[in-house]
Amino acid sequence: MAGGQERILRRRIKSVQNTKKITKAMELIAASRIVRSQQRVAAARPYAEQITNVIGNLAGAGAEVSSPLLQINDNPATIAFLVITGDRGLAGAYNSNVIRLAEREIRAAKAAGQDTRLVVVGKKAQSYFRFRGEAVDASFVGMTDLPTYENAREVASFVTEKFESGEYEAVQLVYTQFFSVGTQRVVSARFMPLDRSQLEAAPASEGPKPAYEFEPEPGAILERLLPRYAEARLFAALLDASASEHANRQRAMKSATDNADDLITRLSRIMNRARQDSITSEIMEIVGGAEALSADKGSPVDLLLDRTFPPDLFEQHDHATPHAHQ
Amino acid sequence: MTLQVELVSPERILWSGEADMVIARTIDGEIAFLSNHAPFIGALGIGRVQINLPDGGVVRAAVHGGFVEVSNNKVTVLSDVAELSGDIDVARAQEALRRAETSAQSDANAEELGAAKLRAELRIAIATAA
Repeated sequence: MAGGQERILRRRIKSVQNTKKITKAMELIAASRIVRSQQRVAAARPYAEQITNVIGNLAGAGAEVSSPLLQINDNPATIAFLVITGDRGLAGAYNSNVIRLAEREIRAAKAAGQDTRLVVVGKKAQSYFRFRGEAVDASFVGMTDLPTYENAREVASFVTEKFESGEYEAVQLVYTQFFSVGTQRVVSARFMPLDRSQLEAAPASEGPKPAYEFEPEPGAILERLLPRYAEARLFAALLDASASEHANRQRAMKSATDNADDLITRLSRIMNRARQDSITSEIMEIVGGAEALSADKGSPVDLLLDRTFPPDLFEQHDHATPHAHQ
Repeated sequence: MTLQVELVSPERILWSGEADMVIARTIDGEIAFLSNHAPFIGALGIGRVQINLPDGGVVRAAVHGGFVEVSNNKVTVLSDVAELSGDIDVARAQEALRRAETSAQSDANAEELGAAKLRAELRIAIATAA
C-alpha cells in the first residue's frame, strides 16, 4: 500500500504549506505593526516629556498640593495590580510572562498580609484570572492592539477614582517594556501614588530656573496636571506593551514559518522516498514476474504463443473421412 | 525675534514652528504671548488657540482643556484634545451640537452636555473661521 502512504503525505504537506502561508502573513503584519507602534511611541514622547517638565517647574515653584495622588503610603493595606496583556495569543511567551510576574507579585503581597486587587487590560489576563477564581475589579479589552489616548484615559480614570477614594492604597503596574525589536522586559512599576522625587528631579538640567507666572495659582494647576500625568504614563505603558506584543508575535510567527519550512522539507523527503520505494517494488514485481515466466520455459522463444500450438493438431489421428482438399 | 511654538497632544505633535504671536484661553481668560513674554504656566479651558505666523498666516486650533507653558521664547501648548482647523469635521461637529441641544431639554446631566455643546460650537467656529 505504498501509494496510500504517499497520498497521505502529500495531503499533510499541503496542509503544512497552508499553515505556513498564514504564519508568514501574520509575521509580516506584526512586523509592520511594530514599526507603527514605534512611531506612536516616538510621537507620544514630546507630550510626556513636556508634562513632566511642567510638573517639575510647578514643584520647583513650591506648588504644594494635598492631592492624594502624591500621598505616599509606606505600608499600603490594599494594593491593586494593573496587569497589561494582549487580547490574542500566538505571541510566544508574551502573555504568560506578564501573568507569571503578576502572579508572583500578588503572592508576595498576600504573604506580606496585604489585600490585593486586580485591574486587567487584555483578554488573556482577563480569562486567566477569571479561570483561577481571582476577583477582577475591572477589565478592559480590545485596546491593546492599537491603544489610543482615549483608552489610557478610560483605564486611568477608573484607577484614579479608586485610588482617590482610598479603596486602593497603592497601584502597581505590570506590563512589558519595549527596548528594541529584540529586547522586551516584563516590569512591575509603581503607578500610584505618583513618584514625587522623579517629578522634582526632572527639570534641574536646564540652566537657571525661570520665575514663572501662574494662572491660576500653581497648586490649582498641579491639581489638574497630575491626572493628565497619570494618563500619559499609562498611555506610554500601553504603547510599550503593544509594541512588545507585536514584536513577540513577529518572533513567534517567524519561528512557526521556519518550522513549517523544515517540516515541508522533511515530509517531502519521506514522500519522495515512499514514491521511490513503490516504483522500485513495482519494477521488482515486473522483473520478478518476467523471470518466473522465463524460468518455466527455458527459451524466450517459448513465450511466443503460437509455438505452443502444434503445427498440425490432427495428424496424429486416423481419419475416418479423407481430407476434402486432398 | 520670534516664538518657537509647539502644539502637542498626548498622541503626537500637532503643529510646531515659528510664530509672532500666540493667543490662548486659560480658565481665567484669554491671554496672548509675544516674544520675550515672562515665563508663564497656565491651565487652558475649552477654547481656541490662535498662532499668528511671521508671514501673516494664521493657524487655528480647537483645544479642549490642557496647559500652556512659556519660557525663553518657547511656547508649548499641551492639550488633552486638540484639533487643527483643517482637521475638523464640520458636519460631525454640527451633528454633535444638535445632539447636545436636543438632549439638553430632557437630560439631567447638564454639566456634561454644556461642555459637549461648548466643544461642538468651538469646533464649528474654528473650522469656519479658517
